[in-house]
Amino acid sequence: MNTPGRPKRKKPLPSPGEWSFELIDAYHVEIDRVAREFKLDTYPIQVELITSEQMMDAYSSVGMPVNYHHWSFGKSFLQTEKGYRRGQMGLAYEIVINSNPCIAYLMEENTMTMQALVIAHAAYGHNSFFKGNYLFRQWTNADAIVDYLIFARNYLTQCEERHGEEEVELLLDSCHALMNVGVDRYKRPAKLSLTKELTRQRERAEYLQSQVNDLWRTLPTQLAKAPTVEHHRFPSEPQENLLYFIEKNAPLLEPWQREVVRIVRKVSQYFFPQRQTQVMNEGWATFWHYTLINTLYDEGLLSDTFMMEFLHSHTNVVYQPGYNQPWYQGLNPYALGFAMWQDIRRICEHPTDEDRHWFPDIAGSNWQETFDFAMRNFKDESFIAQFLSPKVMRDFRLFAILDDDKDPKLKISAIHDETGYRRVREILSDNYNLGSREPNLQVWNVDLRGDRSLTLRHQAYLRRPLAGDTEEVLKHVARLWGFAARLEVAHEDGSIECLHECRQDRRKHDKP
Amino acid sequence: MVRIIDRRFDSRNKSAVNRQRFMRRFKHQIREAVADAISGRSIKDLDNGESVSIPGKDLSEPRFRHGRGGIWETVFTGNDQFSTGDQVNRPQGGAGGGSGKGKASKDGEGEDDFVFNLSREEFLDVFFDDLALPNLVKTQLARIQEYKSQRSGFTNDGTPANINVVRSLRGALGRRLALASPYQGRLRDLQRQLDELLETRPDDDPEVVRLKDEIGILRAKIDAIPFIDTFDLRYNNRIKVPKPTTQAVMFCIMDVSGSMDEEKKSIAKRFFMLLYLFLTRTYEHIDIVFIRHHTVAKEVNEEDFFHSRESGGTVVSSALELMKEILHSRYANGAWNIYGAQASDGDNWDNDSPHCREMLAQTILPFVQYFAYIEITRGEQQNLWGEYEKLLGAHTNFAMQHIENLPDIYPVFRELFKKKLA
Repeated sequence: MNTPGRPKRKKPLPSPGEWSFELIDAYHVEIDRVAREFKLDTYPIQVELITSEQMMDAYSSVGMPVNYHHWSFGKSFLQTEKGYRRGQMGLAYEIVINSNPCIAYLMEENTMTMQALVIAHAAYGHNSFFKGNYLFRQWTNADAIVDYLIFARNYLTQCEERHGEEEVELLLDSCHALMNVGVDRYKRPAKLSLTKELTRQRERAEYLQSQVNDLWRTLPTQLAKAPTVEHHRFPSEPQENLLYFIEKNAPLLEPWQREVVRIVRKVSQYFFPQRQTQVMNEGWATFWHYTLINTLYDEGLLSDTFMMEFLHSHTNVVYQPGYNQPWYQGLNPYALGFAMWQDIRRICEHPTDEDRHWFPDIAGSNWQETFDFAMRNFKDESFIAQFLSPKVMRDFRLFAILDDDKDPKLKISAIHDETGYRRVREILSDNYNLGSREPNLQVWNVDLRGDRSLTLRHQAYLRRPLAGDTEEVLKHVARLWGFAARLEVAHEDGSIECLHECRQDRRKHDKP
Repeated sequence: MVRIIDRRFDSRNKSAVNRQRFMRRFKHQIREAVADAISGRSIKDLDNGESVSIPGKDLSEPRFRHGRGGIWETVFTGNDQFSTGDQVNRPQGGAGGGSGKGKASKDGEGEDDFVFNLSREEFLDVFFDDLALPNLVKTQLARIQEYKSQRSGFTNDGTPANINVVRSLRGALGRRLALASPYQGRLRDLQRQLDELLETRPDDDPEVVRLKDEIGILRAKIDAIPFIDTFDLRYNNRIKVPKPTTQAVMFCIMDVSGSMDEEKKSIAKRFFMLLYLFLTRTYEHIDIVFIRHHTVAKEVNEEDFFHSRESGGTVVSSALELMKEILHSRYANGAWNIYGAQASDGDNWDNDSPHCREMLAQTILPFVQYFAYIEITRGEQQNLWGEYEKLLGAHTNFAMQHIENLPDIYPVFRELFKKKLA
């Protein structure tokens, strides 16, 4: 990036260890200017300075500025606190919230260099990603999320006042257990809006209550007269979103309980895109902090001490240990993402013959346009399938291991060589595919004419079993459904096996 | 455009509610941990928090997820030795070698205990909960230090209600004298000159008039000195000093004969702890004397007191005798508040019990602030109880209680607290 014809050097910004509000502002002005030159499109930025304690608070409520109360957040607070106090772990330098305006938290303890890094990383990197990427555009509504969470917290507080904290806690436990199967993977959810949410909430509650009585029409009085009625399936097609199905169809839930299920579902939906764009998103933000800060340095705005500290932190962030090192914890999304974005820029600016062969579309193209296209239209899975180049695979020395529990040994299925590039890329892409990472569970059937039991079906994939605490989760399903819940597994050979069954003898009038 | 907001002074402890919920949910485990901690602690060591560990599986949050098994194909970094088609052995234990299947290792084995720290307040809360203490008493006990407001000289500022009139006026007088003194001297000079002049000259002589004018001006200057100024005000000063406390000695007497098992000792320990806690709130300095006895009594340190095992018969009077001796040799100078606490299963050698009663009534009770006896038995009270019962009416500083479970301890202290809190 050091060109001989470097523009006239400006006077560097002061770089003391301690930050001040004036300095943050001064640095931000410069970062903003450069970001605009690179045409980064962002939500307005709101920088908030907080203490480490507040950072731990934010951590434990899944990074949101407000959230409802639940013991599990207390648990994660205690965990974070313990780790932090003992110095086992540092806190993240920043938390950024996908909202409009985009809120970035800076920690009081950071040095000025770190604050500048975080502003470039979070307020420009993540922020532009949130605004541009299709998943975030479709699935989340940055304008409404904070309002919605306030609504959710107040609503849950009301519920606790009316129905008791314990009752609400049990319900939340059950909902949390189903959080990761409470997401519409393919259907786009409706946008959130606080006002609509409030006005519709009561209507919806009443309407829903009248709808679920569908199940009650099968009570014996009606059954008796027409036992030969054609047996129709319910649900007519398998449903992937358990929480949605329960919210709409569980016969015994009170209206407020349905609303709580809905709240948990909405929150989980909100985080769904983040889980699918880790590599891209973190890589993108890292690329931009690196690029923005380096540009400022080339302009002569940053001192050498600043750069040394910056590079030190940056290197730590993108460190990738090898598989055989004790601190290996899988691929570091920062490292992989950063390497990929850097590589895309390289392919655009200085393509080799290999790149022309592998990426005829983008080799030699305008890198900023290519970046914009890639950032907007992909998620981890497709991003890797599309853009992981042989060079990055070689640099990371990627290789794939096949672990089949029927074989006594592990097999190396592909490595970073000419014959293996495509295979490695395919496997890595699949490693980031939520569909194969998480078990595929569906609402299969409700026994309308019999005991009203709910049957879930797990479509086994590559013989992968469910984990040991599955039965616990099933108890939560049964608690929400109000009647028995059953879990079947459909093996790949077509056989069906019933794994667990959880009976539930609750009736509406003899609730605790 | 950027908005920079300083949130550092916003409300902290947003997670306090969540923390409480967590505590409530795992109350059971936390109580167990506290009970363990109590048996491991010195009875003086109540002012610290405690680290509590809860088995990881108790607080896991179940989810639908994949378990170990089936076919997994995963990409790793840093290939240093493998070629396509190589076969390698499955690494043992998952962790080393890095081939631990990213997902599978998350569940099943390796779930550590969840450890966190209880604060001092939370620790005492649980401790008190067990003992069924009324809330008022809890707050009294948990309070760290009592202060008393006391006069301490005067200050230059304060509230009008605290103005000290005498001091203020005295100051004002001094100031008036001091400020007026140069004028007074000059005034005296002029007056003398005037008096001399008046002897030789008429009243309207210009020199006389000039002197009179000058005297007039000086008088006006003196009069212009304010009678009282804000500068003069003095206020009574009050400072907070820790409430004067004195010293106390606490005698812990415990039966360690064969019939006292670990459970009974643990109940006794809490009884001693509670008494100690109560005394620390009232007295600055506390000595503890541990006396254990079976057929003979012995003064021991705390470790031996709670943990050494003895067996054999029981002669309670031996302990009372020893207490009396120590009391008279070391604590008899009147500077000590003496408390006695005795725990036993009441199983005493028959002929000894009346003797105990007499000794207590005559050589001990007259000197102590309070003497509490607890009898830890399931079922019928024993012979010592019967004898001690006769003391109840005559001595207001004697309390006894039959204890089967922890909540029974508190009534022993009820009288004591009533008196002190009144």
